[in-house]
Amino acid sequence: MLIGISLISFFIMHLAPGDITNNEASFNPKASEESRQKLREMYNLDKPVIVQYGLWLKRMVSFDFGKSFASHQKPVFWQTTDKDGNVTRGLIQDALPITLLINILGLIITLTLAIPLGIVAARKYMGWQDRSITLFNFVGFSIPGFWLSLLLMYWLGVMNNWLPISGIHSLNYETLDTWGKVKDTLSHLLMPVVIPSITGLAGITLFVKNGMLDVLNQDYITTARAKGLTEHKVVYTHALRNALLPLITIVGLSIPGLIGGSVIAETIFAIPGMGKLFYDAVLMRDFPVVMGILTIGSALTLIGNLIADLAYAWADPRVRRGVVRD
Amino acid sequence: MNKPAFLTNKPHYRNAKYIAASVLIISLLSGCEKKVVDTTDYNKLYPSQTGGTLIDAMIGEPSGLISMIAGESASSAISSNIFNKLLKYDKNLDIEGEIAESWHISNNQKTITFKLKPNLKWADGKPLTSADVLFTWQAVTDEKTASPYSSDYLLVKKAETPDALTFSVSYEQAYAPALDSWAGLQILPKHLLEGKDLHTTAFARNPVGSNYYKLDSWAHGENLKLSRNEKSILGQAKIDKLVTRIIPDNSAQFLELMADNIDSMGLDPIKYSRIIPARPELQKKLALYKELGNSYTYMGFNLKHKPFDDKRVRLAINYAIDKQEIIDGVYLGLGINIASPYKPGTRWSNPSLTPYPYDPVKARALLKEAGFTDADGDGILERDGKPFAFEIITNQNKEREKSAVLIQRRLKEVGISVQIRAIEWASFISRFIKTGDFDAVVLGWSLSLDPDQYSIWHSSQQAPGQFNFIGYNNPATDKLLEQGRLELNPEKRMKIYHEFSRVLLEDSPIVYLSAGYGLTAIHKRIKGIDNPAPPAGIGYNTHEWYIPEPLRRNEISAN
Repeated sequence: MLIGISLISFFIMHLAPGDITNNEASFNPKASEESRQKLREMYNLDKPVIVQYGLWLKRMVSFDFGKSFASHQKPVFWQTTDKDGNVTRGLIQDALPITLLINILGLIITLTLAIPLGIVAARKYMGWQDRSITLFNFVGFSIPGFWLSLLLMYWLGVMNNWLPISGIHSLNYETLDTWGKVKDTLSHLLMPVVIPSITGLAGITLFVKNGMLDVLNQDYITTARAKGLTEHKVVYTHALRNALLPLITIVGLSIPGLIGGSVIAETIFAIPGMGKLFYDAVLMRDFPVVMGILTIGSALTLIGNLIADLAYAWADPRVRRGVVRD
Repeated sequence: MNKPAFLTNKPHYRNAKYIAASVLIISLLSGCEKKVVDTTDYNKLYPSQTGGTLIDAMIGEPSGLISMIAGESASSAISSNIFNKLLKYDKNLDIEGEIAESWHISNNQKTITFKLKPNLKWADGKPLTSADVLFTWQAVTDEKTASPYSSDYLLVKKAETPDALTFSVSYEQAYAPALDSWAGLQILPKHLLEGKDLHTTAFARNPVGSNYYKLDSWAHGENLKLSRNEKSILGQAKIDKLVTRIIPDNSAQFLELMADNIDSMGLDPIKYSRIIPARPELQKKLALYKELGNSYTYMGFNLKHKPFDDKRVRLAINYAIDKQEIIDGVYLGLGINIASPYKPGTRWSNPSLTPYPYDPVKARALLKEAGFTDADGDGILERDGKPFAFEIITNQNKEREKSAVLIQRRLKEVGISVQIRAIEWASFISRFIKTGDFDAVVLGWSLSLDPDQYSIWHSSQQAPGQFNFIGYNNPATDKLLEQGRLELNPEKRMKIYHEFSRVLLEDSPIVYLSAGYGLTAIHKRIKGIDNPAPPAGIGYNTHEWYIPEPLRRNEISAN
């Protein structure tokens, strides 16, 4: 499966015209075609694509993701140490933790907001609560993230100086104590985490709301109410647990998205994360980096699917017994 | 069951409350502009003093700090503060010595001998000698090194170091751009790099140089911090620390500039002439600088395609395009019209040349002379039954795209139908430029400091991947370009290139559209900057810039 994915991505990538020697910096009359040819030979770009794929696969067998063309041959995945003891950190190694932190925090915020909102919207279906939640969600969903980001950066950063505008650390980060460092990082991450969570709220809220509505209309809820259980118990003990089942799939499927990162958000907030890394690598035709991220991404997609399926079976006895829902 | 909202008869009066609430939120977001009153007088004069931190920002991160390997401008922007060169350009763009005290050109113009200044030292205390210069030359010309800029140095037939302060190079034949090339090569330390692979060495991220600054730290994707090199061989810079933040988005950079978190950034014309002048609080603290940039925009024809092989057609198009309109419309007037591929005001630019004026009448007459008539009356000219239609391609660059649109309109007025296509860079180069599969391009070239433009205009430079992709082939300019490379005397050389520019303008293989100004905003706390900018730009004396103590940022200078 992984080999298939990597083969397809490798060929698609090489179908795109140009290679690393065609970047804009090389379009300089001082740069000669011979030196570009030399570079191509150095990176084996002069060989047929299938040979290049073979070389790549050979390295991959020993988990060697290779070295980036575009950033002074930094290792793509993990750090290496040369014979003098100089450690060169890997590109993904540097970018992944930041992106994971932002996306996991974002997912937590989205879920903690979306679930209560969804429940309220379902319980007060068609009431003013439901309408204002829907309105809020759709406004959030429709506002372009970059525009909202710039507005908030201007309001919170320039006009009021409440939050830092961009970057992930202050310039004096090293001089801070541990608590200061945590506070500094969190204040830098606040906007990049919260803004995408708000724009992503709509989908999950709707999911929870519709799931709740489905469940609340089912017979066993009527039974529970008929038994004389409190509304609180009906909703939170009986209905909610069933309504949240589809969320498992969504969260499972978002695992590969967690490493993806967003190019636009990372560019605006100057965050050196995975989205920017991948985007720049594609533009520079930095093949080892593109392939490294695609391989890790597809591996995680497969794992995410597996986890979602397993979790579903664990959470829902009906799936375990092989009974199709409804 | 549940009816959609608009079918219910419920009164909607309560909605008013939410509308009011949302209006409140929106006004909270936009309305409450709190003015932090800044009473500092930044215009006051202060004596020069050392200390302080200058923070700027760049869009892309350098890949490494050995700039001859890295190749991109982000790399040389940082590394030029760390490494020295043999020669440099002074404020009037004449060559002077940097670590070379003097240089001597032999009578046959084939050998150049550099004398280094005495007592030069690397930042780690080791002496910097001619052996380091020789090592750098060997490194850049080494077979294993794939430097994009090696071609100038490969022409050196023999390089020698008779003693620790002398370095001499001999060329097969006189090579005039040689001095320019030695003003571009950053000297690397032999004692740290000998035997290392320049493509992978950790030195590129942790360099030791000899110039005013040394690298303190490099937080990947965030910032590079430089501090004053106490052992600097050219004296001491005034400002203690240079911090370069990596902020890929221009708008975010500008917000940081407004919030006073960075001291300087490059501007686009809108920010320069509209946004900043409209805001008194920005005007108060930012000084704006305008300097002639190092590049120009042109429209180039594929001279191998008909009808662009016909000089009358090229001239007609040149007359039909209103260049001032492009400067005003695209660059908001912040550009100038040029008539040669050299920076106006420098020695190489021929002052007697004037750009083609906008003259549609003349354009129509020339097209008619070339055999184009509008036989079917559709507004588009034809020759031999074929309409005059072509495609302009450009890369995804807003200013070039806009220029192309203005060209499209003006050419339509004289009866030429133009299509425009903007293409991503790598595809642009490999699919169209390399294969020669295009009619016309809108692109830019640099206004090089050395006048040699052999690789752009000489007829031998037309192979795929070479830079004469428009296919310019003129024996007269070929000869001048060859002569210019052999002549090291600046006066004689100047005459050659003035003549070259004249022939080029007359032949019109490209249409010079404009040379835009480089626009910079720098916080007024930074003093000692030449205004108006000299030909070399404001950056030539950064080591003399200073920040008076009362104007320094507190929280940053604390660390």
